[in-house]
Amino acid sequence: MERVVIVGASVAGLTAAETLREEGFAGEVVLVNGERHAGYDRPPLSKAVLSGRLPPSELALRPAQFHLDHRLDHRVGVRAKALDLRGRTVLLDTGEHLRFDGLIVATGLRARPLPGQPALSGVHMLRTLDDAQQLRTDLLAASRVVVVGAGFLGSEVAATARELGRDVTIVDPLVLPMLHQLGRDVAPGVLRAHRDRGVDLRLQRVVRSIHEQDGRVAGVTLDDGERLEAQVAVVAIGSIPNTEWLEGSGLVLDDGVVCDEFCRAGEGVYAAGDVARWQHPRLGTSLRIEHRMHAAEQGIAAARNLLGARVPFDPLPYFWTDFYDVKVQVYGGINPDDELTLLSGELEGRSFTAAYVRNGVITAVLGWNAPRQVRRQSSLVGQRVDALQSLAGAGA
Amino acid sequence: MTRSAFSKGTIVIKIHVDEHKCVGAGQCVMAAPQVFDQREEDGVVVLLQDHVDPPLEASVRKAVKLCPAVAIRVEEA
Repeated sequence: MERVVIVGASVAGLTAAETLREEGFAGEVVLVNGERHAGYDRPPLSKAVLSGRLPPSELALRPAQFHLDHRLDHRVGVRAKALDLRGRTVLLDTGEHLRFDGLIVATGLRARPLPGQPALSGVHMLRTLDDAQQLRTDLLAASRVVVVGAGFLGSEVAATARELGRDVTIVDPLVLPMLHQLGRDVAPGVLRAHRDRGVDLRLQRVVRSIHEQDGRVAGVTLDDGERLEAQVAVVAIGSIPNTEWLEGSGLVLDDGVVCDEFCRAGEGVYAAGDVARWQHPRLGTSLRIEHRMHAAEQGIAAARNLLGARVPFDPLPYFWTDFYDVKVQVYGGINPDDELTLLSGELEGRSFTAAYVRNGVITAVLGWNAPRQVRRQSSLVGQRVDALQSLAGAGA
Repeated sequence: MTRSAFSKGTIVIKIHVDEHKCVGAGQCVMAAPQVFDQREEDGVVVLLQDHVDPPLEASVRKAVKLCPAVAIRVEEA
């Protein structure tokens, strides 16, 4: 193998490149970076960057000399347009046909717009550093903000906008914020956190139309006819895997790049990060995970397996979200209708930990302002529910 | 453990953590429990030793790579 091409230079792509070198790969590594910035950390975009606490210069995923030290041919602001699997080339938007022996697909996601969303000043989505900076500029000039979507991103943006002193209304079609992500027993705590800070919510509502005045957003109208005035509307309703460039290539695409348990999508072709749908060996199901930790872990796994390690990728999923003074951390995978068992604290208290149980097996543990405790409980995931009894018996 | 305990020519790794970037994920503790811990109240990283000798280097480098906040940095001391 003489040349590995990595398409995507965020967490998964960069970590894969780094791992190739650490594992002794001495050939060429080309890193195709569709953004105009070297890889940067995204979770702070909706929080510390948006609030102004963290300057963008602090976001770099790797030091400036990293690309040189690791002998990476780093193509900044260049996108892959097509893959020729048989010819072993990637077509770039510069017109170059880049030959490869090994390929790692790490093209990530983009924000999902509302159906018919107008390209209007003041209407924002948040995925990139440029998005965050533009949103911050508009937020500072606004008094009223509508956030569409009460998932992680929407709740975090709403919290930050509130902390900046803006009037904030969240609109979401579900009955509770983060209902799908945290389940019916924990989601009420998210609702309480928003209300305690004076954020309005319009639940079980969808945005029907966005209004314009003098070329800028002026407000939104909901499905029940209510009109909310706003100088800024943030659309945070999920994301779309960046796989269009792979259509017709012969790789299997199904809400992501379909891979086996080794993150392998085709002969010498692997995928990692938000864009990869792989067969989880322990869970026996296909998963695509859109979390920060996972991108690093899968970048490592894909690079090693491309080099011949043949190790199934079998991570314990982990995610977190921060809003107001709340930090929620989850190990494992939550189904919204799992049964909840408290492990410590009270659901309405400042801090608690809990286990999610399905068919007698612990599917996830969650910490609400309990980082150290939930990390220690993470080994419960995958165990039978009896493990909770012995935990209680041990006074943990 | 002091640095003078290492034989001449051994590369010692010095660890830096950024408490302001830390998000309390605890992945560093899982990777290298001899080196990292977390504060009970907010989960922010606590460095148990800021220099490590070669046997611990691989686990510290794993922590650097997995940290979801890019809050750990190492240099050869």
